[in-house]
Amino acid sequence: MDGAHDMGGAAGFGPVCPEANEPVFHAEWERRAFAVTLAMAKPGGWNIDMSRFAREDRPPADYLSRSYYQIWLVGLERLMLERDLLRPGEIEAGKALQQPAPISGPLAAVDVDAMLRRGGPTEREATTPARFKIGDRVRMKDIHPATHTRLPQYVRGHVGVVELLHGCHVFPDTNAMGQGEQPHWLYTVTFDGKDLWPDAADQRSRVSVDAWEPYLEPADAA
Amino acid sequence: MANHHDDHHHGHHHDHDHSELSETELRVRALETILTQKGYVDPAALDVLIETYETKVGPRNGAQVVAKAWTDPAYRERLLADGSAAIAELDYVGRQGEHIVVVENTPSRHNMVVCTLCSCYPWPVLGLPPVWYKSAPYRSRAVKDPRGVLHDFGFELSPDIEIRVWDSTAEIRYLVLPMRPPGTDGWSAERLADLVTRDSMIGTGFPKQPHEVA
Repeated sequence: MDGAHDMGGAAGFGPVCPEANEPVFHAEWERRAFAVTLAMAKPGGWNIDMSRFAREDRPPADYLSRSYYQIWLVGLERLMLERDLLRPGEIEAGKALQQPAPISGPLAAVDVDAMLRRGGPTEREATTPARFKIGDRVRMKDIHPATHTRLPQYVRGHVGVVELLHGCHVFPDTNAMGQGEQPHWLYTVTFDGKDLWPDAADQRSRVSVDAWEPYLEPADAA
Repeated sequence: MANHHDDHHHGHHHDHDHSELSETELRVRALETILTQKGYVDPAALDVLIETYETKVGPRNGAQVVAKAWTDPAYRERLLADGSAAIAELDYVGRQGEHIVVVENTPSRHNMVVCTLCSCYPWPVLGLPPVWYKSAPYRSRAVKDPRGVLHDFGFELSPDIEIRVWDSTAEIRYLVLPMRPPGTDGWSAERLADLVTRDSMIGTGFPKQPHEVA
């Protein structure tokens, strides 16, 4: 979706403000929100693309007015409400108001390290040959999906060059919507900064995105 | 090199936190209570998750990788050929580092990593991202005005040097291999690691110079 999360090239946000000696978390609630989010993914049964969509699918003013972990929190609440793991009113009541739904059981402290080490690899075995090869000129499709996509607006319609080929990876656009992994070839496509931003101050930059094959078409087909 | 923008804190998104902090705090407490009552989470596991990212997984890991690459040419080759596999040799593996690509700075090319869509970041080598990395100013400007972003960090890059920006829009995670500072001939990897800053591995900074460490 063309939401406020898709920030590449947006104007008006001001300078970057690094914080000296920044702590990992800025408040105790951030620690707990972070940890609850990681711990709930498996019993909750959602995937990372569903998590991202739950965070970004909100009105721009809402997205932009929340801090980072506040967005995580509302995303988590939404994922649980959608699955009846959380009921409306429970947070306000501060206690469980219904019996728990049957789940696989909570993440145990002794299993945390193994869970983190395992991670969530997204590469899958290829079942079709790659349509493009390194060095090919490709155009990013000018599409505007209403649901989750990882094709940023600032490259849509632009021509770039395939720089890396990463194998077949889980396709977020379908995986976020419960339509399966549907793996596709994943490419790093590189653009000349001058093409993306003809009047920008920087005349010596190149910018890449990682793009699944359905986002691409041959440059000469447009 | 000092950061000369410390006085510019307008627009910083923490400004938003204060008015809602207590409500947010209450919501998180309520949520954890409910999830614990329902048996969905074990608070002890939450403690381990937090401890892991506050004390064990952070940019010291990445600094070890960079220092090894600076002192071991064969390792550098492996690192650039298959980042995740070479990094796994040092036992830095797992979540948000499943597919790491290492990109090398050269005298003519400077790399910078961003995630314009959210906050993708190579956790096993850098830990959790800092607030500025997840902020709207960085996510919006890194792809359009990377030289201006470096300026915000107090650095000016010669116009002759190309800036190569990597927007992490998939599950590939990027780690910058900065250039080894001059005047460090004969240094051990252990000593070199003290020169490697977090920002130098994101591309918004550079390693410390020898005179900056005791």
